[in-house]
Amino acid sequence: MEDVGLSTVLLAMLAGAIRVSTPFLFVALGECLTEKSGRINLGLEGTLVFGAMAAYAISFETGSPWLGVLVAGFAGMAFGAMHGAICRLKGVNDIAIGIAMMLFGTGLAFFFGKAYIQPVAPRLPSVELGFWTDNPHLAKALEVNPLFLIGIALAVAMWWAFKNTRIGLVVRTTGDSAPAALALGINVDLVRFLATSAGGFLAGVGGAFLSLYYPGSWTEGLSSGQGLMAVALVIFARWNPLACFGAALLFGAAGALGPALQSVGITRGYHFFNAAPYAMTLVIMILSISPKRSLKGAPGELSITK
Amino acid sequence: MINRRFDRRTFLKGSGAGLIGLSTGILGAVPARAEGLTIGILYVGPRDDFGWNQAHAVAAAALKEVPGVTVVEEENVPETIAVAQSIESMISLDGAKLIFATSFGYYNPFVLDMAKKFPDVQFRHAAPLWTDKDPTNAGSYFGQLDQAHYVDGIAAGLSTKSNKLGFVAAKPIGTVLRNINSFALGVKKVNPAATVQVIFTGEWSMPVREAEAANALIDAGCDVLTCHVDGPKVVIETAEGRGVKSCGHNASQAPLAPKGFITGAEYKWETIYKDYAAKLGKGEALPNFIGGGFDLDFVQNTPYGAGATPEAIAAADAARADVKAGKPIFVGPIKKQDGSVLVAEGASLDNYAPELNATDYLIEGVVGSIT
Repeated sequence: MEDVGLSTVLLAMLAGAIRVSTPFLFVALGECLTEKSGRINLGLEGTLVFGAMAAYAISFETGSPWLGVLVAGFAGMAFGAMHGAICRLKGVNDIAIGIAMMLFGTGLAFFFGKAYIQPVAPRLPSVELGFWTDNPHLAKALEVNPLFLIGIALAVAMWWAFKNTRIGLVVRTTGDSAPAALALGINVDLVRFLATSAGGFLAGVGGAFLSLYYPGSWTEGLSSGQGLMAVALVIFARWNPLACFGAALLFGAAGALGPALQSVGITRGYHFFNAAPYAMTLVIMILSISPKRSLKGAPGELSITK
Repeated sequence: MINRRFDRRTFLKGSGAGLIGLSTGILGAVPARAEGLTIGILYVGPRDDFGWNQAHAVAAAALKEVPGVTVVEEENVPETIAVAQSIESMISLDGAKLIFATSFGYYNPFVLDMAKKFPDVQFRHAAPLWTDKDPTNAGSYFGQLDQAHYVDGIAAGLSTKSNKLGFVAAKPIGTVLRNINSFALGVKKVNPAATVQVIFTGEWSMPVREAEAANALIDAGCDVLTCHVDGPKVVIETAEGRGVKSCGHNASQAPLAPKGFITGAEYKWETIYKDYAAKLGKGEALPNFIGGGFDLDFVQNTPYGAGATPEAIAAADAARADVKAGKPIFVGPIKKQDGSVLVAEGASLDNYAPELNATDYLIEGVVGSIT
């Protein structure tokens, strides 16, 4: 009985990691790109919520969930562009703007999203990767969304591009030392503007996953802070896109822990297990701060590390 | 301090009205009409959440149809000082004479404070919290939804093949536990071998965790799901997506599960709201404390969906008629989870027995823990 319980919990955590991690992954990759260029965009929570609303609305209106994903991406890009454009002004603090953008994004999403809480929109299809097993639960756990696979590919591509391409070098230089970038003739503001916009695009796509795949409907409490946790996750992942993927899986599994333990009969202390993702965020923050040194891998231009 | 906040609120309301084009803000700028009755309703979440708030909003919409009644609503009012501010502006700006405060945490201190401040306005709160020490212009109204959950349980117990049913619950407070117990009693009445497994999410509204809980229950073998969370949309949709049957909660979720929906436990606040409006119109006093179930038409079951078999429908209809006629749900022998006796063999508890209001246990046959 113990063994059955353990394997059920592990399977549930694996399934949960795969189901829940995608929005974390996209927001984290977007934030990673933005922070690599030397800016922090805390507004991605708002972008995530707005992306979720936009994707659901477009999917409902046009019948095409993929068009919804695309529109969510471009809406996110617009938010990112706004953040990028405002932050290039003199004396503007990117963290303060991020918080403003977060409230702006969620508010706008609630405003436009009212009409879309009731209707049921077409959802994204899933890819069955569990065809080789006859365990129905494992097969279900391995039923993944194409966006998850795209996210993995993107993480690898970004990791490779930061190391091996000119564009990657330009972004890293801008993020590590603006004077050096200027000396190289790089337009620092333009690079940061583009990086923030692209980051917003990814966060918007992450939102589309929430409303069109899992949990798969638009409600106002949909994100429950995942956009903010993803920002913390980037720090945990030390600005490495591959580590972002691992961290996203870990956060997803932590989120699945509470329900999974209760489903096998470990029901005492579920409040604690339900709080696992938040507790983990806090622990990571505490472990990764030190007054003596800046974080390894942290872009030098970030306003929190400068 | 209060005044300054109040001004800001007035300003926001006015400017918001200008932006949207139509809002209570504009109406509120002119004094309330002398004739007619204005009723204010506050919701803790969005009005169309497929759940608790929607159940009230549906009733509010029915109330608007009553001639001479004006309804002012505000949604997404958190259980903070914002409650007092909203109530105050509904009274001062819109001329509300009756306030329905629909969220549990609104009552103490916000509704109580406002009731003391505005003695000529009636306040009614949707949970059984009023006591005779509280102001007499305040009061409680509530529906005994566990009766409808019991009927759900009858239908669900006849619909399971695995003899495992799942219940996604928000917080282990009395009302929720009572709904779980009554659902389980319905299940066990028609299917003694079945168990009800409960997962608490710890929050009233947490869509991702609700989906995780629903998936975890299905992975554990449950083939009928129901829930008690603010917005059951995600749970019902997840169940439908995984091909298991479901019972709803609070409002109608039937459109969300065209294949597997059995029935649901719904409030019918309309009965109370219309009755109160009529009473105030005639100048009669409102009751301070009223609660009821099928007998007073305060609760109802969602029309049967495709998941309900003829057998389940017949049994559920019969059970509903029984409860409506006053037959008890808690018929002994019933034990609590810890083995202690709740209702002895041959005894029963009335459906409105006061000790059931303080439910702090789960009954035997329910898998899951409160702490």
